[in-house]
Amino acid sequence: MSLPPVILQVFAGIYGLLIIASLVCYGLGLKQRDVTELKQRINSWWVMVSVILACFAIGEGFTIAAIGVLSYLAFKEFVSIIPTRRTDHRPIFWAYIAIPIQFYWIYIGWYGMFIVFIPMYMMLFIPMRMVLIGNTKQFTVAASTINWLLLLTVFSLGHMAYLIQLPTNESVFTGLGLVLFLLLLTQFNDVAQFTFGKLFGKNKVLAAVSPKKTIEGLLGGIFATTILAVLLAPLLTPLNLTYSICAGLLISLFGFIGDVSISAVKRDLGIKDSGSMIPGHGGVLDRVDSLTFTAPLFFHFIRYLHY
Amino acid sequence: MKNWLKILFFTLLVRPIVFFIIGLNVHNKKNLPNQGPAILAANHNSHLDTMVLMSLFPLKQLYRLRPVAAADYFMKNRWLCWFSSKVLNIIPIHRDGSIPKESVLDECHQALTNGDILILFPEGSRGKAEQLGEFKKGIFHLASTHQTAKVIPIFTYGLGKSLPKGEKLLVPFFSDVVIGSPLAQHDESQAFMAALNQQMQQLAKQVNTGRILD
Repeated sequence: MSLPPVILQVFAGIYGLLIIASLVCYGLGLKQRDVTELKQRINSWWVMVSVILACFAIGEGFTIAAIGVLSYLAFKEFVSIIPTRRTDHRPIFWAYIAIPIQFYWIYIGWYGMFIVFIPMYMMLFIPMRMVLIGNTKQFTVAASTINWLLLLTVFSLGHMAYLIQLPTNESVFTGLGLVLFLLLLTQFNDVAQFTFGKLFGKNKVLAAVSPKKTIEGLLGGIFATTILAVLLAPLLTPLNLTYSICAGLLISLFGFIGDVSISAVKRDLGIKDSGSMIPGHGGVLDRVDSLTFTAPLFFHFIRYLHY
Repeated sequence: MKNWLKILFFTLLVRPIVFFIIGLNVHNKKNLPNQGPAILAANHNSHLDTMVLMSLFPLKQLYRLRPVAAADYFMKNRWLCWFSSKVLNIIPIHRDGSIPKESVLDECHQALTNGDILILFPEGSRGKAEQLGEFKKGIFHLASTHQTAKVIPIFTYGLGKSLPKGEKLLVPFFSDVVIGSPLAQHDESQAFMAALNQQMQQLAKQVNTGRILD
């Protein structure tokens, strides 16, 4: 499948930004600043952007499968850091099995099943499997934990894949454009909030959860992300000006909420990163935390308006 | 021929499972010995432990690795016996008293003299899930006889969750392996054991071990 020109243009723009970021990092290095972590981060971005481009180029089905793998890694990371019961070995195995099944529903485009499978059937099945083992100690905590992990890492992130299955029309040639729009804005918002926070951050926001978050960073991120949404929406989505502003606000604000929600989990467990798979970023979960909120919200926003 | 089988088994089956399905975080890989004789002393929670420790080494070093394992389990039947001796190349330890106590470790001594790398689980059997058990003294006899052999403590966490004792179903959990620096040789058994146990506690502190609810 050859990608529509607009998608290639947007990728060209992203690579342009990465070249600028790498040059800035190189410049800071010349000034004897410690840029080891920044450099690692930017290098990881190069890899991640290239992997996404490769998935898009291979095709829509492959991209759905790749998002499935992303869900699997996020779930595995989460279930590895969170305390679980030894007796839940098999229920956790079934939770893993739910991942390929859920992405199969997405692949065949069965919307009704996609929407009920995890929140309803798995929500009933996991406690059923647990109660048949018969360990009642910490039952509520254990059942809630596994279900919540599935909802956050598989059901929520799966919405990103279902964007591909939304019917195409004359303004949207491929659902991949919507995926790119969501991914780019969510990740751009993370970077923008971080950068504005570093440059102008003074007043802390939610310091009890995440000590480095500031009001200035949050507002700067919302502002920059909304502008980017307005610029990109005509290329990648059917949204008009008003709704593209809404989409920008929605993604930037709830990206922040997703970020701090995972921060709260990490703080509760007393760890800094959820893993070490992505150099400079931490784990997969550290990278998709904002997406767990923005993916379903953006999906239902655009589906309600246009499909 | 034996080595060829081993390389194939590790390339096609063990390494993909260890690095892609489970996902292993290796801390301080530089502490691994690049030649024998050496003794790797690790805690034991799962059948995966041996496989994981063997996967840490380059394929061409596989023939040097000798896991020390219980004969009553690993020599249980013909198939397992063939697999244990031909593919894993284990040194069987007879725990049932069928061999005089002095010569139980004979084959281990021989391997160290040949310059092999022993993989030893001084706790004996796979203890309680994800808990560090007391180390037994066999390792001291080996270390004090072979002063040139490096003794390297290794702490693993998470493998006992992926494949606990008594389970046949592997469920992926990210796991950690922390490799310690070689132990200074001791001629006195109590001091040696205390140093080893203390190093293990130190290594355990490098990973988040609070991941069990009950």
